[in-house]
Amino acid sequence: MKLTFPHLGNAYIAVKALLDELGVDYIIPPFNNKKALEIGIKNSPEFACLPLKINIGNIIQAYREGADTVLITGGCGPCRFGYYCEMEREILQDAGYDIGFITIDAPRGISLKEYFSQLLKITNGINIYKIAKAVKNTTEIAILVDQLEKLTFKMRSIEACRGDTDSVYRDFQQEIRLINGAQSIKKYISQTSQKLTNIRCNTGIKPLKVGIVGEIYTTIDSYTSFNLDARLGNMGVEVDRSVTVSNWVVEHMLKKVFHLPRDLKYAEAAKPYLGAMIGGHAQETIGNSIMYSQKGYDGIVQIYPLTCMPEIVAQSILPAVENDYGIPVLTLIIDEMTGEAGYLTRLEAFVDLLNKRREMAASDR
Amino acid sequence: MRTGGQPIEALRKGMEYLAGQLGNIEIRGAGTTGSGRQLASVIIGADIVKNEITAHAVAAQNLVPEVKTILEIGGQDSKIIILKNGVVYDFAMNTVCAAGTGSFLDRQASRLNIPIEEFGSYALRSDSPVRIAGRCAVFAESDMIHKQQMGHRVDDIVRGLCQALVRNYLNNLAKGKLIAEPILFQGGVAANVGITAAFEEALGKKVIIPEYYDVMGAYGAALIAKRKMEKSIDTNFKGFDACLRDYSARSRECSGCSNVCEVIELFSNDELLASWGDRCGKWSSRLEGRPLVAR
Repeated sequence: MKLTFPHLGNAYIAVKALLDELGVDYIIPPFNNKKALEIGIKNSPEFACLPLKINIGNIIQAYREGADTVLITGGCGPCRFGYYCEMEREILQDAGYDIGFITIDAPRGISLKEYFSQLLKITNGINIYKIAKAVKNTTEIAILVDQLEKLTFKMRSIEACRGDTDSVYRDFQQEIRLINGAQSIKKYISQTSQKLTNIRCNTGIKPLKVGIVGEIYTTIDSYTSFNLDARLGNMGVEVDRSVTVSNWVVEHMLKKVFHLPRDLKYAEAAKPYLGAMIGGHAQETIGNSIMYSQKGYDGIVQIYPLTCMPEIVAQSILPAVENDYGIPVLTLIIDEMTGEAGYLTRLEAFVDLLNKRREMAASDR
Repeated sequence: MRTGGQPIEALRKGMEYLAGQLGNIEIRGAGTTGSGRQLASVIIGADIVKNEITAHAVAAQNLVPEVKTILEIGGQDSKIIILKNGVVYDFAMNTVCAAGTGSFLDRQASRLNIPIEEFGSYALRSDSPVRIAGRCAVFAESDMIHKQQMGHRVDDIVRGLCQALVRNYLNNLAKGKLIAEPILFQGGVAANVGITAAFEEALGKKVIIPEYYDVMGAYGAALIAKRKMEKSIDTNFKGFDACLRDYSARSRECSGCSNVCEVIELFSNDELLASWGDRCGKWSSRLEGRPLVAR
């Protein structure tokens, strides 16, 4: 058996660590790019969302390199993504690709026993202790990678020489693929984080702060978002993102499996506007926007793929948040037809707007 | 003037014309804006490169300081800018459809055999406009042909088109936004009296058209450049002759990583002047005199 899995930003690092620890043979699909998207578009229904199309592209590319089984998460609740494991299996079957699917957290919701039996399927019967250790390591790596990303958000906005952060981070993404085993991966992450901290900075500047909210795939995956975080960073804006891979692993998988109480601060904040979970990350989008505003952020960028229902609902609520909290919100909707030039123009104008507002607020004081 | 798909050539002609008009004067600052802003800035040597949304807002505020809403419809895109307390508060640009832009009107005018300059006055002569499906440019066109075949008067069809375009604009861009007065209407399409009338009718408010409605973006960029240069910095402007040099642009796929960006390179006599279009800044960082990121 040769496993593969679709990309989601840097999630491949954690998944790679998991599979390394379990001693499973796997192929990481080529990183998301035009090619993956083209293959995906060709094989997917027109009105499916962008994440599904890219997933299909990833899987077919990995299949061509020899993968025979897909490891994917599913689940009841998120949005139609929860059903993508089934959708993708059928699409690929119809297109004539002979590839199997293993879904962690199947659509019906599963017990602890089932959860481990899913994992056992891919491990040729290694013991439960080893699996638990691998899961622990994977979770830690997911957290470390997210911390590293967060560090790049900060460094980009204050670096003295534009491009230093990008350069370190680019090397990291190239190298990490070739490093095997949880311990080595952790070590390389910590080395990179040291390199980032050593970047020469402008002291005494207070960068604009922007919170990124929206649908999970497009917020996390840099290719899909046209490098939203780096683009803003290189305009001197410090960004933050509440929805992350590690957050998803901890809150939506582990805590559910172990029946632990989840961190629901965002739901509490969103309550006056959206009192119920309506699927996807709509409640997170509303709640996090409010929390960013309370933390003194200058603006919010909402991003989601065309046809994403939960985010459409959130978008229609955001003007009320914008009004009540006096925080500007820019909504970006993307799909394979999105023109990059118009997208950039909007981002630039939004940053101008935020700068101007800050100037005005300072002169009022 | 129109670029006709040849921005460098258009720039050259424009600069030649300006040089002829202005005679021998000293240029102390230069700015570029619009979708060709990067290309133009490299060729002429601009001091500021500003997106068109900010440029339009700055220009409008300079003419009507208390402006609250800016409607802008150009050749390929349209935008709405909302200002509050003298600051841009919200804006939107058309994302899904070009039905509300100048090129659409151009095309329909030529279909109806009306010079675009007279298009608006046809609309004003109509007293019973035809309802035309304006959600999509392609369907609007087939609906328009259908209405022609049914025997509707050209005046009524033109007015119907103006209303459809305004409806499309308001639905796409102004959804949920408070359109308060004073309202400025700028961009090339503001020359069209039929569209202006349709806006005033749909909004029930007065729409102001600034005198130089068609170059407000450039005016805004000039103002921004002026503000910057007031700090008496030396200009980057390369002179009017710079445009006469030989320029060529080409694009290539970067193979540095999996993003496979389309990098655009601008050459002058085989010398690489600038590159852009990369997501990581590996090539474009050369442009701004930043140290080259070694790989």
